[in-house]
Amino acid sequence: MINILTTHWSDFVHGFGITLLSSIIALIISMILGTGFAILEIVPNKLVNTIAHIYIQIFRNIPLLVVTMFFYVVVTQFVKMSGLVAGTIGLALYTSAFIAETVRAGILAVDKGQTEGARANGLTYWQTMRIIVLPQAFKIVIPPLGNQFINLVKNSSILAFVAGFDLMYQGNEIASTTFDTIDTYVVVGLFYLVITLPLSYYMRYLENKLA
Amino acid sequence: MQEFLNAYTSINLIFLLKGLWITIEVSLISGALSFVIGSFLGVIRYAKFPVISMVVGFIVDILRNLPLLLIIFFTYFGLPNFGIRLNIMTSAIAALTVFEAAMIAEIVRSGIISVPIGQTEGARANGLTGAQTMWHIILPQAYKRMIPPLVSQLISLIKDTSLATIIVLPELTYHAQIIYGQNNSYMIPMFLAIAVMYFIVNYCLSLVGTWFGRRGNKTA
Repeated sequence: MINILTTHWSDFVHGFGITLLSSIIALIISMILGTGFAILEIVPNKLVNTIAHIYIQIFRNIPLLVVTMFFYVVVTQFVKMSGLVAGTIGLALYTSAFIAETVRAGILAVDKGQTEGARANGLTYWQTMRIIVLPQAFKIVIPPLGNQFINLVKNSSILAFVAGFDLMYQGNEIASTTFDTIDTYVVVGLFYLVITLPLSYYMRYLENKLA
Repeated sequence: MQEFLNAYTSINLIFLLKGLWITIEVSLISGALSFVIGSFLGVIRYAKFPVISMVVGFIVDILRNLPLLLIIFFTYFGLPNFGIRLNIMTSAIAALTVFEAAMIAEIVRSGIISVPIGQTEGARANGLTGAQTMWHIILPQAYKRMIPPLVSQLISLIKDTSLATIIVLPELTYHAQIIYGQNNSYMIPMFLAIAVMYFIVNYCLSLVGTWFGRRGNKTA
């Protein structure tokens, strides 16, 4: 196992970097989209609510692989993009639906008196949302958002399907050239665990602290 | 437009439905297996037996934090090195079961924790043993609360089954790939078709989950 790690160190590290990069970019995009759709789902406008609801339900109920392959196989015929870009877009859209649900739950968990107080003090709807409600909502949803990021890191292995040169892809390449499948996959697993395991313990600690 | 509709020949649609059936079959088998194994692991982890519970907890945490795709690869390409050679279907079911069992173990553990401690105290004070308390008093109440997260997990499982295309499990996504592999103009219609199929199955399940969730809130 040490052998495979030292001989293919640069491949593993390169893949690990791509995995992290793709996860972080997808996280940023999906946070923006997710928060946006969470707000659209609760603004006082039935039509807008319905559109946001449909968006969220579509991406929650279709496999990530189908979303990603759609960008990699179909969209790429109209707009050229690499596997990494297609995969990251797929990840971002897919995750945004879950983040929207999380943020929406957070917004609804903020005490109604906060909104009433802010509105009574003359703030507009959007000011109330931006200055009063969202900051409190984000505090509540930090642990579930952290768990979404863990899922995102794990899900980024989807890049292996679209030649995204991520950790999983590199692992497969190494496994198929060295035939040392067990050791390679164990090393790949350890690389994933380096990010996900400490993060998941920290999120559990935060959950317990908040509860 | 005509080109678009041409993709939906009865042969293609039946082929897709066969794929959907494999998706559902694999999901149900691994769902049932992982429910049993996951419940067992969850109870062990909750019970805080010396050493055993810690080891189980650590293994569950590791499995939960690995990508499912890696577990699928490991099962199909790694295990033969140990002399364990499973066919495609068994590999897919085994990998999904291992991963989902770890997920369900956590759901079960938090479900048990959510049952008020007074239930345990009351049962023990009435002379039930620890195991009897768990089986007759705690688990029935815990499972009622667990239905919505368990349904979400089943939805994840159905979606995750698509990952087994990588070991050529003949499920829905793979069958769609075969069809548009033969005729490139069928690409968009096929993606639309499988998206609709996955959506219908999973959305209906999610409605069932919400319904149970509401009913649970009323009776609780």
